[in-house]
Amino acid sequence: MPDHASTGAAPRTLFDKLWDAHVVVPETEQTPAVLYVDLHLIHEVTSPQAFAMLRERGLPVRRPDRTLGTVDHAIPTAPESWRSGLLDMDEAARHQIHALGTNCGRSGIRLLGVNNSRRGIVHVVGPELGATQPGMTIVCGDSHTTTHGAFGALAFGIGTTEVGHVLATQCLLQRRPRRLAVVLEGQLPTGVTAKDVVLALIGEIGVDGGTGQVMEFSGAAVRAMSMDARMTLCNMAIEAGARAGMIAPDDVTFEYLEGRPMAPTGVAWDKAVSRWRGLASDPDARYDDRVSLDVSGLEPQVTWGTDPGMVAPVTGTVPASPDSEQAKALEYMGLRPGQNLLGQQVDQVFIGSCTNSRLSDLRLAAEVIEGHRVAPGVRMLVVPGSQETKRRAEAEGLDRIFLAAGAEWHESGCSMCIAMNGDRADPGRFVLSTSNRNFEGRQGAGARTLLASPLTAAASAVAGCVVDPRRPLQRDRRIA
Amino acid sequence: MDAITSFASRTVVLPRDNIDTDQIIPARFLTTTGREGLGQHAFADWRFDRDGCPRADFVLNEPAAAGCDILVAGHNFGCGSSREHAPWALLDFGLRAIISTGIADIFRGNALRNGLLPIVVDTDSHRELLAAPGAEITIDLDACLVTLPGGRGVTFEIDAFARYCLTQGIDPLGFLLDRKADITRYEEARQWKH
Repeated sequence: MPDHASTGAAPRTLFDKLWDAHVVVPETEQTPAVLYVDLHLIHEVTSPQAFAMLRERGLPVRRPDRTLGTVDHAIPTAPESWRSGLLDMDEAARHQIHALGTNCGRSGIRLLGVNNSRRGIVHVVGPELGATQPGMTIVCGDSHTTTHGAFGALAFGIGTTEVGHVLATQCLLQRRPRRLAVVLEGQLPTGVTAKDVVLALIGEIGVDGGTGQVMEFSGAAVRAMSMDARMTLCNMAIEAGARAGMIAPDDVTFEYLEGRPMAPTGVAWDKAVSRWRGLASDPDARYDDRVSLDVSGLEPQVTWGTDPGMVAPVTGTVPASPDSEQAKALEYMGLRPGQNLLGQQVDQVFIGSCTNSRLSDLRLAAEVIEGHRVAPGVRMLVVPGSQETKRRAEAEGLDRIFLAAGAEWHESGCSMCIAMNGDRADPGRFVLSTSNRNFEGRQGAGARTLLASPLTAAASAVAGCVVDPRRPLQRDRRIA
Repeated sequence: MDAITSFASRTVVLPRDNIDTDQIIPARFLTTTGREGLGQHAFADWRFDRDGCPRADFVLNEPAAAGCDILVAGHNFGCGSSREHAPWALLDFGLRAIISTGIADIFRGNALRNGLLPIVVDTDSHRELLAAPGAEITIDLDACLVTLPGGRGVTFEIDAFARYCLTQGIDPLGFLLDRKADITRYEEARQWKH
């Protein structure tokens, strides 16, 4: 790949390179660009109406080979539910899952169905299989598709009508978004994770701070992150309203992908890596805007309100003089203005979701909880992001650590992040959750969500209240 | 889809910021394979209490809200989940336009593709609308103009292609399908393997 210096072309960002490479028909003032989609991920909840539209119009799926289905949102995860053969599953959910099976079967689309051993959350299984690769455009009828940007892909969520457009044409009509550089400098302190970084960032720029923009995360803190951590970061770009989040691929990316079932092999692998190395933004590439954050002094973060931007350091307080929006949030949350986050009661703890359900997340939580017990009255759910993650965690004995502590160990799925599958919290209950949204009712009507990292969640499960994961847990909570 | 050019309606005002799509339609109503009848669940947890009874203090339950086609909402409307069930629910509930100072990207696109107008106005015009719930206003999509309660006209920006499709009643999928030859050429020219 010629670099811009030798060709005299203008320097380009990672985003520019991906956009340019996928334009089928350029945009004009009158018409958006026709943009090619390399990988289309589908799931049971946002695809049935799109398949119905194709049927009504007599259109085939153009590229079933570029489409991959999984079942995650509506599928139960509770072990007792699976032992009973999913007899307790909601009829509508069962119908929806059945429809996905029929639609994929008729169209020749590979489906990681209910009994498939590689099934899991769409944004966990794509990377895990190596289906997600640098340089790709990836879309899915799910806003957290931004996750895949961690690999240097241009990945974003779409609506169901657009799912239909991609099924029928493998293309989307898109206007070119603006580019926002997010530079994360410094070294993450012990006990502080990518989740804390992204929550702090959203707190800083707001839940609409990324609207109309594609974020590119760069800087020393990003380079030092594992792929799991980078996925957590890009996953929540949408919570700042961004169209996508992206990170230039590097050796960490290639090491993660090499040998995965759908990754290239042999000579093709070497050629792919050399092509992927050319994707990083050119040194003088221009962005439309830029924010920077030094993570060296960052504390673990916990949300106190009803959007992910309502967040504070774990040792901090909720606003003492809330504005009207904050006051409404505090009323819903049942929190007092000015109160400490430390010591806030927790009724339920959820470790899971496309944000924090990967092996490294489960390891972090297990390390904290090993040898302790979940506090009396607290229900803790640990829900791996995929069946493969579950098997690997079990091979390391993580399930036994969680079960010995009194936590529940589930089958994979979206679980309590979306609460449309049987896993949810009762009205008024406080849930400390590693998921991505603390919206009203997100984890059950009337339930109150506090978002945090797996470290903070696991430590707080043991204490029965919000604690600082950087401090040792009290001895009296140890298993005798 | 029917062509949309201009219409007048009274407004209903919901002044909260960052109204996310989980509020517009909670996830528990998404286990459907259709797109009809979702209006009954629009703002379900704000409209109904836990026993399913309408909350008298919620603005959309007030008698004056009946027949209002235009919702004036706070900043960053439609953030969060990409669920297209949100515009489906709002349209089925009877709304035809949302006016705010900011509308989230995915929701805006979903709304446009279904004929629900996402209209962004400046802070002053928004304040005027917030202060006059129930006022009759006009939205002219041809002229990209909202006529405010006081009679002043304010222009709004809307993607030229989306406006063309809406005013002509054209489905954008037809435009994409017409590019079939370009798409095939692109696929054939692609050098890389994945």
